[in-house]
Amino acid sequence: MILSVEDLTVSFDGFTAVDGLDLAVEEDELRCVIGPNGAGKTTLLDMICGKTRPSRGSIKFKAHELTELIEYEVTRLGVGRKFQTPSTYEDLTVLENLEISYPKKRGVVGSLFFARDAALMDKIDDVARRIYLGDHLGVKAGLLSHGQKQWLEIGMLLMQDPELLLLDEPVAGMSPRERERTAELLTGVTAGRSTIVIEHDMAFVRMIAHTVTVMHQGKVLAEGSMDEIQADPRVIEVYLGE
Amino acid sequence: MLTVERLNVSYGESRVIRDVSFSLGRGESIAVMGRNGMGKTTLFKALMGLLPVRSGRVRLDGVELTNKKSYERVAAGIAYAPQGRMIFPYLTVEENILVGLETVTDKTVPRYIYDVFPVLWNMRARRGGNLSGGQQQQLAIARALVTRPKLLLLDEPTEGIQPSIIKEIARTLHALRSEHGFAILVSEQVLSFAMEVADRFLILDKGEFAYESPKAGVDTSRIHAYLTV
Repeated sequence: MILSVEDLTVSFDGFTAVDGLDLAVEEDELRCVIGPNGAGKTTLLDMICGKTRPSRGSIKFKAHELTELIEYEVTRLGVGRKFQTPSTYEDLTVLENLEISYPKKRGVVGSLFFARDAALMDKIDDVARRIYLGDHLGVKAGLLSHGQKQWLEIGMLLMQDPELLLLDEPVAGMSPRERERTAELLTGVTAGRSTIVIEHDMAFVRMIAHTVTVMHQGKVLAEGSMDEIQADPRVIEVYLGE
Repeated sequence: MLTVERLNVSYGESRVIRDVSFSLGRGESIAVMGRNGMGKTTLFKALMGLLPVRSGRVRLDGVELTNKKSYERVAAGIAYAPQGRMIFPYLTVEENILVGLETVTDKTVPRYIYDVFPVLWNMRARRGGNLSGGQQQQLAIARALVTRPKLLLLDEPTEGIQPSIIKEIARTLHALRSEHGFAILVSEQVLSFAMEVADRFLILDKGEFAYESPKAGVDTSRIHAYLTV
């Protein structure tokens, strides 16, 4: 097991967003988390990556207790997080965005004397190809379409080779074809890493998920295969609709 | 009612909208579809006055809007729910909706808003920034609806919203449109939602309309082809 969440709880603004949540993710697993707007899905990712501190409970990533760490420490342990809205460096090119995400030599001296070497360029080429931007290395991120920006942000995470990848609505705003390609992209990068994806697009979830967890009011409402989840009357009532 | 004539919009040297012309009748609903990067959001921003047009004309009920500021367009009857929500994070949910009521005399939130979006009622005293992404999207749509627009611009309104509420929004837009008679221009990637909301489909491809069809007799496989090339 790579991630083990136990009794996780957090309140803010007088409201318990996540409430005694238990969740376990295995190595090489691609887990989808679905659930109504406001169920606490994004807040769960916020706590795993150290952005929000839980009021109770534990998050174990391999041997580490993440609840005591701050964001950059969590990142350096190998947890990569993509937020809902794409956040790339608009004035930098695709190549520069990928380069700046490369975790080696990031101290002050390392940054000052940083030079692109062959290994780094190979890595950038490999990632750019995976995210379908191999022909766009010189294009500024600000000129990419919304879907391409989403891919670039996934690429920036892949540059860090995270063992746990957290993706919040990665296909939001994408066309049907881009969604299919994103599914291929994610299926292709799961070997050797675990991924948690939050999504509302059920067709997309069906393409990628090994297991689906349904959250509702900060708790786990149901967990199982896509077929089991889509047939579950409680999930239909609070989330899918008739 | 809305008339767009030979609209051209550029980012620097790059022409994103090319000689686009169309008109939208009172109470009519058009879905603008197309792959990402084809100019949908640019078209919406230009109609809202958030991007300058290089040439062409935009008129609403005969009023020239081409070089008007965004707030003047709101006063003229356009409402806009942008992609990316852009609600006010430090205002409460109710205050966010009240911002939309600036243009109308009755400053109370209409009942139907909370009927359609019950979560906004439950959270009305909470700060917008503390809402989940999908809840913020619902808030952005509500804020646009209460302005009682003649024309409602919705840029990817289903983004981040749970499936059951997407269906609810489609039904509501339909009902509100027949009741209040506003027109809708919606950009959408989800074909099922577009089919439910729109009377007419326009496919934007490389900044030009490549296909146009009323809902009756629409060739969905052709639309699908444009979306998946």
